[in-house]
Amino acid sequence: METIISIKPLLAVLVSLLVTPILVSSRAPNVREAWTFVAAAAKFLIVLSMLPTILKGTEIVYTVAEFLPGAAIKFRVDALGMLFALVSSSLWIITSAYSIGYMRGLKEHSQTRYFVFFAFALSATVGVAFSANLLTMYLFYEMLSLATYPLVTHHQDPEARSSGRKYLLYIVGTSIGLALPAMLISYNLAGTLEFGRQGFLAGTASKPLIGLLLFMFLFGFAKAAIMPFHSWLPAAMVAPTPVSALLHAVAVVKVGVFSVVRVLTGVFGTDLLFSLDFGPVILLLASATILVGSFIALSQDGLKRLLAYSTIAQLSYIVLGVGLLSPKGLTGGMVHIAMHAFGKITLFFCAGAIFVATGKKNISEMVGIGRRMPVTMTAFFIASLSIIGMPPCGGFVSKWYLVLGSLEAHQMPILYVLLFSSLLNAAYFMPIVYRAFFCRPEEAMFENTVQEAPPFCVVPLVITAVISVILLFYPQPFFDLATMMVQTITGT
Amino acid sequence: MGDLIQIVVAKYNYWIYITLMMIGLYAMIVKNNLVKKIVGMNIFQTAIILFYVSTGAKRGATIPILEHGHGDHGAGAHMVHAVDYINPLPHVLMLTAIVVSVATLGVALALAIRVYSRYNTLEEDEILAQIREK
Amino acid sequence: MSQQYPALLVIVPLISALVISAAGWINKRLCFPIAVAALGVAAYSSIGLLLRVLDEGAIVYRLGGWDPPMGIAYYVDHLNGLVLAVVSVVAFLNLIASKKSIELELGDKTAPFYALYVLQVTGLLGIVATGDAFNLYVLLEITALSGYAMLAMGKDRAQLSTLNYLYMGTIGACFYLLGVGYLYIVTGSLNMVDIANILPSLYESNAVLGAFIICLVGVWVKMAFFPLHAWLPNAYTHGPSAASSLIAPLVTKVMIYVMIRLILTVFTPEFAFNILAISKPIVWLACIAIFMGAILALAERNLKKMLTYIIVAEVGYMVGGAWLGNRAGMTGAILHIVNDALMTLCAFLVVSNIAYKLKGYAFDDLKGLVRKMPFTMGAFVVAALSIIGVPPTCGFFSKWYLISGAIQAGQYAFMVALLFSSLVNVVLFFRVIEICYYEPFSDGHGHDQHAEPMAEAPLTMLVPLFIVAAGLVLVGIYTGDIVNKIIEFAIPQGIV
Repeated sequence: METIISIKPLLAVLVSLLVTPILVSSRAPNVREAWTFVAAAAKFLIVLSMLPTILKGTEIVYTVAEFLPGAAIKFRVDALGMLFALVSSSLWIITSAYSIGYMRGLKEHSQTRYFVFFAFALSATVGVAFSANLLTMYLFYEMLSLATYPLVTHHQDPEARSSGRKYLLYIVGTSIGLALPAMLISYNLAGTLEFGRQGFLAGTASKPLIGLLLFMFLFGFAKAAIMPFHSWLPAAMVAPTPVSALLHAVAVVKVGVFSVVRVLTGVFGTDLLFSLDFGPVILLLASATILVGSFIALSQDGLKRLLAYSTIAQLSYIVLGVGLLSPKGLTGGMVHIAMHAFGKITLFFCAGAIFVATGKKNISEMVGIGRRMPVTMTAFFIASLSIIGMPPCGGFVSKWYLVLGSLEAHQMPILYVLLFSSLLNAAYFMPIVYRAFFCRPEEAMFENTVQEAPPFCVVPLVITAVISVILLFYPQPFFDLATMMVQTITGT
Repeated sequence: MGDLIQIVVAKYNYWIYITLMMIGLYAMIVKNNLVKKIVGMNIFQTAIILFYVSTGAKRGATIPILEHGHGDHGAGAHMVHAVDYINPLPHVLMLTAIVVSVATLGVALALAIRVYSRYNTLEEDEILAQIREK
Repeated sequence: MSQQYPALLVIVPLISALVISAAGWINKRLCFPIAVAALGVAAYSSIGLLLRVLDEGAIVYRLGGWDPPMGIAYYVDHLNGLVLAVVSVVAFLNLIASKKSIELELGDKTAPFYALYVLQVTGLLGIVATGDAFNLYVLLEITALSGYAMLAMGKDRAQLSTLNYLYMGTIGACFYLLGVGYLYIVTGSLNMVDIANILPSLYESNAVLGAFIICLVGVWVKMAFFPLHAWLPNAYTHGPSAASSLIAPLVTKVMIYVMIRLILTVFTPEFAFNILAISKPIVWLACIAIFMGAILALAERNLKKMLTYIIVAEVGYMVGGAWLGNRAGMTGAILHIVNDALMTLCAFLVVSNIAYKLKGYAFDDLKGLVRKMPFTMGAFVVAALSIIGVPPTCGFFSKWYLISGAIQAGQYAFMVALLFSSLVNVVLFFRVIEICYYEPFSDGHGHDQHAEPMAEAPLTMLVPLFIVAAGLVLVGIYTGDIVNKIIEFAIPQGIV
C-alpha cells in the first residue's frame, strides 16, 4: 500500500473551522449563509480531490502533531474514510441549503450559533473519517459530541434541556466511561493506537480481556445507538429538523457506527474476531437492535421519532455487515453507510418540509397530505423504498450484499433477520405513504392554503431522492471504495 | 515491666514532648473556646520546639560559646573540641521556629478578636449556631 | 545575572513586599506597579532558570556562598524548574487579572493586600526552589501566614474559616517540622541531597520510617488530602476573590510538589515504594479522596464552593498518581501539577469575574449568564472541558498518564475512581452551563429574544483569562514536548 503525504486531510477538516470567525461577525444573514456554502463547497472539493488518488490504491497520510509520546494526531485517508467523508461533505452542502429554507421559514432564533456549530460538527465528522489512530478518532468524536450539544438544545425550552441532558449522559458518559479506558488498556497492551490492516490487538491479551474490550468499545461509542444505549436518539429529535437530518441521520450516528467499524476492523481485525468466535456476539447485538428498533418504530405516531427508531435499526445493519466477517457482508455494511445516508436524509427533509408547510408532526395528522404536497411525498416514497431495500433504489445494493454475506458466512438466522426486518420496514413506511396519497383528509385537518414547502426545502429533498435512485445504477464511487477497503482488510 | 520503665526513663525527653503535643492537640480539637484552642496550638508548637532543643543536649557538655574568640589566628590556633559543647544548631533552628510560632499566635489572636467583634462570643458552638440562623 | 536567578526569584519579591508596605503609606497607587514589577522579575527569573536547567542539568545555588551542609543551598532541577515557572506565571497573571477585583472588594486595604500577595508568592517560590529541609519549613510558614491574612480579609465567615485553616495548617507545618527534626537527628544534615546520600544505610531504622510518615502526614494536611481536607472549602470560598484565585491554584500544588520531592529526592523511590509497603493503601486513600471530592461537589449549589471540592478531588488524583510507583503515574502526577494549576486558575478567574459583576455566585445568581458575560462563560467552558478531561485541553493528557499508570500498576480501583470523577465533573459543569445558558427560559422557538445587555467584566480581567484559557489548550498540545524534555528527566531512571 503506497502512501503519500499531503496536507489535504488537515485542510478538509479545518476549512469549516476557519470560516467560523466570518460567520460570527457578519450582520447580514445572506453573507453568513453564503459563507456557509463556500465552506461546504470547499470541503467537498478538497475531499473530492483526494478521491482519484484513493481509487488508485494509494493512501494519504499526514501527521499533525505528536501530543503524547507514542500517540500522535495523525490523518490517514483510506477507502473507508473517503467513503464516509464523501457522504458527509456532499450532504452538508445540500443540508445547508435546506437549513436556510427551514430556519427562515420558521424565523428561528440564534441562527448564527446554529451555523457556527454546524460547521464545527462537520469538521469533527471529517476528522473522524480521516483518523489514523484511536487517539485522533477519540479527539474528534468528543469534539463532535460537544459541538452538537448546542444544536440539539437549540430551542432552549425545558424539553430541549432534558433531551440535552440525556444526550450528554449517554454519549459523553459512555465515551468517557467505556471508550476511554478501553483505548488506554489497548494502548498498554499493544503499545500503539494506529489502525492496522488486521488490527493491532492480535496476540496481546487473553480471550476474556479481548471480549471485555470488545464490549467496552461497542457500547463506548454510543453514537452507534446499539441497544441498550440508544435512547438518546429519539430524545434528540427535539432539535430542528435540519439538525436531525444531517446529524442524526448522517453525521453523528454515522460517526458512531463508523467508529465501531473502524475499531472492529482496525483495532481488533476480522481474523482475530473470527478466531475468537466473537462474530456471533456482534451479530446477536446487532440483530436485537434491528428487530427491537423496527418493532418500536411500528408503534410511533410522531414522524421524527419513527424515523429515529428506524435509524437505530438501520445503523445496526452496518454493524451486522461487519459482524458477518465475510467479504460480501463487509462490503454490504460499508455501502449501507452511503445508501442509508441518502435515503434517511430525504425522509427527514420531508418531515421538516411538512412541518414548515403545515406545522404537523404526527403521522395521524398527515392523512391526505400527498395531494397537497405531491413532490414531497413522492420523494418520501422513493426514500422509503431505499430504506426498505427495494429496487429501483440504492438501498437494494446494500441489502443484497448483506444477504449474500450472510450466505457466505453460513449464518442462516441472519438471513431471516434481514428479510423479516425488511418486512417490518415496509410495515411502518408504506401506511404513511398510502394514507398520504390515497385517503381523504377530514374536513378541518388542513387550511386551504397548504401547499408545497418553500423551494429551499423542496429542492434538496428532490436532489437526494434522485441520488438514491441513481445509486442503484451507479453505486460508484461508494461501491468501489467499499470493495477496495474489503480487499485491504482481507488481504486479497 | 522493668524494660518498659527503662525505656521511659532513657528517652524521657521524647515522652515529655509527646505528652505535651497530645495535650495541645486535645485542646485544639475538644475545647470550644477559640482562645483555648489557640493556647492548645501554642502548646503543640512549644512541644516540638522543646523536642528539638533537647536533642542537642549532651551529657557533660557546656554551652556553645567560645571564650577566647580572636578571629583568624591560623587554622589550628584554637582547636575546638566539638564533643565538649552542646549542639547549637537545633537552638538556631528553634529560634526561627519560635518566631514563627509567635507570628502564628499573633495572627490567630487577631482573627479571634475579629471573630469576637462580629459574633460577640468566643465559643465555637454559639458561633456556629449564629451562622446557621442566617 | 542569570547566575543569580535562584536568588532573585525569592529576594526580589521579598524586598518588594516591604517596599509595597512602605509605599502604601505614601500613595496607594504605587503598590500595584511595584507588585507587577516584582512578580514580573520573578516570572522572568523562573523561566530563565528553567531554560538554564534544560541546558545544563540540575543547578545548585549556594546562598551567600556557604557550602552545604553549613549553608542553605537552592537546588533547581527539571522537576522544580517546571513548577517554578508555572507558579510564577500563574501568580503574575492572577495579579494583573485581580487588580479591579482587589480595589472593589478590599477598599482601603489594598496596600497591605498587595504586600501579602507578593510575600505569599515569595514563600511559594522559595518552597519550590529550596534544597534545604528546614528552609522549606520557614518558607512554608511564610506562605501560610500571608495566606491566612489574605483570606481573612474577606467578608462574612472569612475570619472564622481562616481560623480553622490556621489550626489545621499549623498542625501540618509542625508535623513537617517534627519529621525534619527526626531526619536531622539521624543524619546530622538538613540539606536534601545530603540527607539522601546518608539515608540509605539507615533505611532499617524506625526513626527514618517515623520521619517519613510524619512528614508525609504534615504535607497531606497542608494539601487537603481527604480526610484532612475539611479546612479547604470554607477557607477558599469566603476569602476575597483575588486571594482565592491565587491560593487555590497554587498552594495545594506546591504541597504536592513537596511530597514528590520527598519521595523522589530525599527518601529515594527505592525506600518509598519498595521498602515501605504503603503504596497500595495510599492509592486506596486517593481513590476515596477522589470519590468523596466528587460527591461533596455534587451537593453544593454554590459555584465557588463546588470548585473547592473539585480541588480536593484533584489532589486525590495527584497523590494517587505519585504513589502508583511507576513512571506513567509519576509523570501524570507531575503533569497534573502544571495542568491543575492552570485549570484552577482559569476557573477561579471566572468566579472572580462573576463576583465582580454580580452579587454572588450561587447557582441561582447565574441565570442567563451566557448572554450577559459571553466571553467569561466561553473561558469557563474551556476550563470545564479541561477539568472533565476532553482533548485537546491539557486535562485530558494528565488523565491519560494517570490512567495508564493505574493500568500498568494493576490498580484498577484508581482508574475507576478517575473515570467516575470525570463523569461527575461532566454533570457538575454542565449543570452550571445549563443554568447560565437556558434560564430564564424562552418559549419554544424563542421568537421574542430578550436582548439582555452585555455586562462583561473589564478588559484587565478578561485578557489574562483568555491567556490562561488559551494556555489550557496550548499546554495540552505541547504535552509531548513537556513530558519528553522536562518531566522525563525529573523522574529518576530507576522508576519504570
